Parts: sequence; structure tokens; C-alpha cells
Amino acid sequence: MTFPSRSRGGLTRRRFVTGLGAGSLLASLPRTSHAFSSKASSGIIPPMPSDRWDLKIGHTRISLDGKTMHAPTAGGTVPGPILRWKQGDTVSINVTNTLNEPTSIHWHGIRTPSNMDGVPGMSFGGIAPGETFTYRFKLHQSGTYWYHSHSGMQEAMGLYGALVIDPRRPDPNACDRDYVIFLGEWTDVMPDDIVSNLKMQDDYYVFRQRTAASFPKEAREAGSAGAALADRLAWSKMRMAATDIADVSGAIYTYTLNGHAPDMNWSGLFRPGEKVRLRFINGSTMTFFDVRIPGLEMLVVQADGNDIEPVPVDEFRIGVAETYDVIVQPKDERAYAIFAQSEDRTGYARGTLAPREGMIAPLPPMDPRPVRTMVDMGMGNMKPGESMKDMDMSGDMSGMKMDGDMAGMDMHGMDMKGMDMSHMAMPKMEVDDPGPPPINVENQMRAMMPIDRTGSPGDGLENNGRRVLNYKQLRATRPGADLRPPTREIILHLTGNMERYIWGMNGRKFSESGPIRLKLGERVRFTLINDTMMEHPIHLHGLWSELENGQGDYRPYKHTIISQPGSKLSYLVTADTPGMWAYHCHLMYHMDLGMFRTVIVA
Amino acid sequence: MKHALSLTALSVLVLSSTARADQPVYHAADAPEATPVVYIGNIKPSMDQGTWLHGIFNQLEGRYAPGGTDFRWDGEAWFGGDYNKIWLKSEGTLEKGRLSDGDHELLYTRAISPYWNLQGGVRMDLDDGPTRTWGAFGIEGLALYEFEFGATAYVSDRGRFAARIEGSYDFLLTNRLILQPQAEFNLYTKSDAGRQAGAGLSDVDAGLRLRYELWRKFAPYVAVTYSGYLTQARRIARDQHDDTGSVRFSLGVRSWF
Repeated sequence: MTFPSRSRGGLTRRRFVTGLGAGSLLASLPRTSHAFSSKASSGIIPPMPSDRWDLKIGHTRISLDGKTMHAPTAGGTVPGPILRWKQGDTVSINVTNTLNEPTSIHWHGIRTPSNMDGVPGMSFGGIAPGETFTYRFKLHQSGTYWYHSHSGMQEAMGLYGALVIDPRRPDPNACDRDYVIFLGEWTDVMPDDIVSNLKMQDDYYVFRQRTAASFPKEAREAGSAGAALADRLAWSKMRMAATDIADVSGAIYTYTLNGHAPDMNWSGLFRPGEKVRLRFINGSTMTFFDVRIPGLEMLVVQADGNDIEPVPVDEFRIGVAETYDVIVQPKDERAYAIFAQSEDRTGYARGTLAPREGMIAPLPPMDPRPVRTMVDMGMGNMKPGESMKDMDMSGDMSGMKMDGDMAGMDMHGMDMKGMDMSHMAMPKMEVDDPGPPPINVENQMRAMMPIDRTGSPGDGLENNGRRVLNYKQLRATRPGADLRPPTREIILHLTGNMERYIWGMNGRKFSESGPIRLKLGERVRFTLINDTMMEHPIHLHGLWSELENGQGDYRPYKHTIISQPGSKLSYLVTADTPGMWAYHCHLMYHMDLGMFRTVIVA
Repeated sequence: MKHALSLTALSVLVLSSTARADQPVYHAADAPEATPVVYIGNIKPSMDQGTWLHGIFNQLEGRYAPGGTDFRWDGEAWFGGDYNKIWLKSEGTLEKGRLSDGDHELLYTRAISPYWNLQGGVRMDLDDGPTRTWGAFGIEGLALYEFEFGATAYVSDRGRFAARIEGSYDFLLTNRLILQPQAEFNLYTKSDAGRQAGAGLSDVDAGLRLRYELWRKFAPYVAVTYSGYLTQARRIARDQHDDTGSVRFSLGVRSWF
């Protein structure tokens, strides 16, 4: 089991910055007397932070929604215990492995020395069966994060949990109530079987394809049967499916909220008028969630652990491994549903905010499942009037154009001195441009006109009548720590072949690629061009990814950035921590099948 | 001097080729390196070099006829990774206790493009007729508009040539009810009366199968199938007082692992 050690006098270190007290937290504790409580999470944050934790990794037999799995767990529950830390502390976590295979814990989004990052092969050799490994690192940051195994497929089976780090300074977002909302999936299908099935048939879990039966509806929506047929033919000519939203669906997944299946109805209590902070974490393997609480406005105050200028929204999409903290203030003495539908609309995770135990709020109907369009295929935004406006003009500043100029100069001068760009107004920048990705066994398409989609909430959420969060709205509350312009740009194409179920970057999977080498202290711009028709949540370990979303020096610091299909985006990285770092798509089956790189900072 | 000249020539070549292409010099930050990265304990952080084993019976069916029901199978299995696989194909028809059209192939398969594989290996005609051995070479994959397509050329131990073309298409009536037209044609350069093969287009085996995917891996179906001889082979079959072709109502199961 897990417990915070009291060896350092937790009480004196406690710091409740508002009227929120252990009392109100404890008051909601009896709720966990629920039959399933021993195997699911209450979402309640431990009453005080601690700098010492013991975490036992073992197998636990868990049944949820009729699906039983002998799952690797932290502390016997899925999700594992919520660890509460405090910024500035040096925390130590003793992780004991009682499994009969190696394990590891990666602290997702936490800036640790490389040897504490928990990636076997890169940080350390993993934790052998029977062994205890002590992680120890100083916390420079605060906010909501999570931890998970980085060994094999343990994460996909339930080895994960939430991290809450109290800020050193008074928390501007402190609330009367504070809950972790951990979104995940549960299945009794073994991850290796899922991968094997996808290798044989990439749409194995998709039962929402266009069919003869759905044709009349499509014809109505398209305006004519001819238009609907033309669209279908265009997709089948490309040997792709417009209905390809998620590789693994509600056909096998039960979507969970704090480890509760929808019918278990996880509940968080509030008194009308109280401010409630909900720390959303998407700890799922393959699922993007679209989250809303009908009847309540959500004030988004934190993204990936970092405070942002509050954004009021009705809904937000949370990619795998992202976190968002929102504040709600329910005024009425009634129950409110926390409704998190999967992007492919094959299911939802559900919970309730209620003034009393046992209340149920009506659930909204599911939205129609999104359909991919030519925008997702990298054909640009074909909607009239929007095509140029949405084009990524930063492309003009990028290395592709500069290189083009250089080539032009060679032609005119035939003079090596022409290569010297010192006379140019632009700062000298090295550009690693791999060029358009090859069409090969591992890559089936090329985004011809990738556009900036940071202003879009994502497929299926545009123009749905609700205020939906988008990346352009994320504005940090303080300017970045490193305001140097980048001296180098690294362009990476996210590529894949759905048909063969191979994923990679620049048309190559991990095993066919070298490491990305960064100089210690270097300031680098990463530019991602998504040549696939799926979203990829790209996670860089150990270093912040500062999203270039038009907020100038108030760029949001993120650890995981969604690259939308057919899009181009960039973020800045300061390579200030030496070592070997993992860099990958956080859809686990994409990562494991090649969309993974090693970043070496030296 | 000679050195300097050739260097100049080389740089002119490089420059002119750059100029001709008018393209930037591409460099991938993640380009493969000569010396691979050493991982602690040799643990690779991504397992993208896995191998998989799958097999499928596309046809496993009874073809009903008043005089006696034929039993037919057509299946394949493969083992390997993303690029290299060992591929086994087998088909045959059991009619009135006699096995015919027994065709078994062992092929090495190499992925060459997003949707296509090259295949090469051996084919054995192994049934109650005379045995033949062939070398096989062909392509297999997904054509435009998602047609499954395969074409294989064969050369026999007796110096004869043959070819097989097969294709199928899945029409989704609903997400589980799928109508699949399928056809297979065999061609030979010389007739082989012992195997009822005629020169030219020799035989066809086609079906229109309506399957219901109870599970992805298990789909019972009803079908209308046609199996028959064409051109010269038709005459050979007629001379041997054999059935030259018939449409059958069929029931079967498509299943895979």
C-alpha cells in the first residue's frame, strides 16, 4: 500500500491557503465506502503534501463493467494513489516491484534529472522483480501531473496515477473543493492482442464506418447522392476511411472516471456556491475525451500543470497525457454530470458533482461522430475565404524558404560566399528540414498544404454551438523563462501507414532512426507537420515544450502537444537538462509501433 | 593539379546539381547514425520490430448440389514483421471424395510500398490428380478503391508457364453485414489434361458472399459460387465427362486468428 511518510512533520509543512481544510475533504471521505472503493479512486487529494512516499507495484485482479484483468497496479488500485507533493521539496519515492517482470514509473511532465525520469533503457535499467528503486528529485514546478509505467504495456493495463504539486506561493486557483478527475479506459483485452488485431485489420475496432445503410443520411447531409458518392470514392481511392477517428474504440473499452465505469457514477460533493477545482488528467492509452459539465461554465486555469489566464468554456478536448485544471461554481442545489465522450463517440466516461451522495444528473446525448475531411488529409482549408487566412504564415520565416533562397543564391552567384547569410536581416538559424516524407511501406500520405490548426478545437468540435477551448486561447500567466530566439529549427513529419499499422516520423519508425541531438543550453524550435489523418499527442520528456500559439512571450508551457491531422505547429524547447530523453506520440500503440525518438541533450 | 581539377569538377557538379534541382539541402534531425545509440541494459524503448502470426480462411464452405455437396477451402497464413514474412496459401475442393484444385504455396513476402507486397516461392499442385511443382512470383496488395488484388506468375518443373489473378472487394451493407464479390482466374501456356488445365484462360472460381461478422474473426456467410472451366479446358473436361461449370448455393464461415 501507499502512504505518505510522516517523518518530516507534515503538519508544520501544511499550507492550506484558503478555507479549504482537511475537514471538508474528510467530510467527503465516507463516499468511498462504496462497494468498488477499494479498486477505484475517490479523486480526493491527500490532505497534506509529503516528500516521502512508498509505492508498491503488484498485480491486482480488477473487475469493472464485467471485464476482468489481472492488472499491474500501483498500490492495488486503478488509478493508483494520488501523490501530493510540494514545490521546492526534494521528494523521494520508494517504488517496490512485486511483479514477476521489470517495471518503472515515469513522472509525466516533471522536470527531473535524466536518471530519475523512469524510462528503462534511457534513464535507468528499470526496476527488477523484488527490487526497490528510490526516485529522488527536487521539485521546481507545481500543478497537476501524473505518473505511469514506461515498461512494456503496463500503462495500458492500469499502472498509472495522479500527481498534485502544491505551489510554493499561494495558489491563485485555490478552491473550496479540489478533485482529481482521472480519465482512462478499461478492457479485458490484452494490449498485445489489440496490437496484433490492428496489424491484421486496422479498422478492427471501428464499427461506425460508412455503409450502404448510412448512405441515405450522408446523401442528405452532402446535398445529393452524387456528392456523397464522390466523397466516398475520393476516400476509397486514397485507401483510407473518413470514419477513422480512433484506432481502439468503445467496442472493447469501458471509459472510466477515477477508475469508475459510467454506471458506478463517481461523485464529487459540493455545497451550492462553492468553487470546485477539477484537475482533469487524460491517463488513457488511446482515447481523446471531449469534456463538458452541462449547466456549468468551466474556467480553464491550468494546462499541463502550468497556470494560464483563465478561459471560460463550455467544453474542452483533452488529448492523451494532457492535463487541464478547471474551476466550476455550481450555484444550484442539484446534480451536474461530468460528461467526457470519446472523440469517436463510441462511449463516455461519466461522473457527477452533487450536493449530496447518490444523486444523478441527466446525461446529454452523444454528439455525432466526427468525419475526417480534406483538411485532415493536409489538403489545406478548402472552405471559401478561410483558406489563406488560416495558412501558417510562419512558414515564410521557416528554414524551407531560407534554404530556397540559398539555393537561388547559388544559382545566381555560383559563389560559395553566397551561402553566408550574415548580410541577411534574419538571425542565422540552422534548419533540420527532412523534406517531404517519402511515400513508402511506412508512410501512406503527405500533407501537401498543412495548415495552422491551433485555433481549432479539433475534429468534431467546430461550430457545435458551444464555446470549446482551442490552443490559441492558452496564455501563460507569466512570460517564459527563456526569451532567447531559437538558433535552430527541427522540422519533423509525423507519418504512418494505417493499413500496415506502422507509425513513425519522417517516414521511418524508431528502429530505423537516429537520435535527435541537442546541445546543452540550446534553444530549439520543433516544427511538427502531421502527414497522417489522426491526432498525435506528442510528449517530450524532461524539457518543456513552449507552444507557439500567437501569445508571444506568454507561450503556454506544455509537456504534451496535440498535433492535429493535416496541421503544422511549432514549439520552443530549451535544452537545459542533459541526458537521454524519450520523445513520442502518447497514443501507446503508436509509440510502441515506431512513433518514438530518442532526444540526447549533451 | 589533376587533383585540384577533379575537385573543381566535383564542386561544379555539386553546385550545378543543387542549382538544377533548385531544392534546399534536406537533413533530418533524426537521420540514422553509423553508431547506434547504446541503451542502458540494451533495453529498446519502442518495440517496433515485432513479429506477428495470422491466418485466415477466406472460404470454408459447402457448395450445395443435388448430386452431392462439394467442400471447398481457401486460406492463407503468414508470420513475420513489417517487411519480411513467410506466407502459406492453400486451397482445394473436395467433390465426391476426390480432392481437386489442390494448390499450396509457400512464399517469401516482401513489403515494397504502402499497399503492395512482392511474393516469391514455390507452388505445389497436390491433390488426387497428378502432382505438379511450380516456382512462383507475384504481387499482392490493396489496389485503388480498396480492391484486394493478387497476381502470380508460375513456371513449372516441366518448363511451362501459368498465371493466377485474384481479386475481391468488401461492400459494407452495414458495419457487420458485408457483401464480397470475389474471383480467381487461372491461365496456362500449355494444356495439361491430367489436371484438366487448358492452354489460355483455363478456369474460374468466383463467389458472391454475404457474411455477417458475429465477431471480427468469425463470420458465417451464404454465397452463390461458380466454378468452371473455360475455352480449351472446357473441352478437356467435357471429353472426360466431367462437370464443365456450375453455379452453386453455398454456406460457409470466414474466420481468422
